Amino acid sequence: MNQRQKQFTKRKKSCPFSSPNSPKIDYKDIRLLQRYISEKGKIIPSRITAVSAKKQRELTIAIKRARYLALLPYVVNE
Amino acid sequence: MQLYESVVIARQDISVTQAEALADDLSKILEEQGAKVLKRENWGLRSLAYRIKKNRKGHYLLFNIQGEPDAINDYERRMRIMEQVLRYLTIRVDEHEENESIIISSRGKTGLQSESTNTEAEMKQNTGNGREKSNTNEINTSSNKGDSK
Repeated sequence: MNQRQKQFTKRKKSCPFSSPNSPKIDYKDIRLLQRYISEKGKIIPSRITAVSAKKQRELTIAIKRARYLALLPYVVNE
Repeated sequence: MQLYESVVIARQDISVTQAEALADDLSKILEEQGAKVLKRENWGLRSLAYRIKKNRKGHYLLFNIQGEPDAINDYERRMRIMEQVLRYLTIRVDEHEENESIIISSRGKTGLQSESTNTEAEMKQNTGNGREKSNTNEINTSSNKGDSK
């Protein structure tokens, strides 16, 4: 790898849920889920948070369950 | 026999004892149908993220259930009739959590922690209203503590 390539290669982030002692995705764990929603209440895409595709699917379901139970907002206005 | 986890939100204007009575009723319904309630939790009066039928708060109840789908059907049908129940969510799980759920454990440890995270989040959103909102949050958490006692 030459100098120029080195400059532009990104450091690879690993999925925060895939290591063996990582937290379980649970719709009741609001504090954990809050990290994966934007200020407006939208789910943050996995390309930004580096969550693996499999875990992102789980996360999406968990966030939607939490929303249904009014633990998380559907939208944040203002 | 399947394992289920069920969360029920009850109206804000019923008392804590009435919420407990509702939980008793619901577990009785389940037991009549041959299902077992393995664990019951009362998360107390929590503020909702958005209004449901003009309620800003609600009593949260959690049940860990073992039983047949028929029992769950009847339990959900009965809840649809009850006026105190705002919402319910029943999901099938592969295994139940042994310990108390995160909501209770995170609230029990330190009220301070959750308050600080709340204020931080609000500061990000709008620095102007941050102070007012954090005050209301403090009131909410303190009232929750009072209920849990």
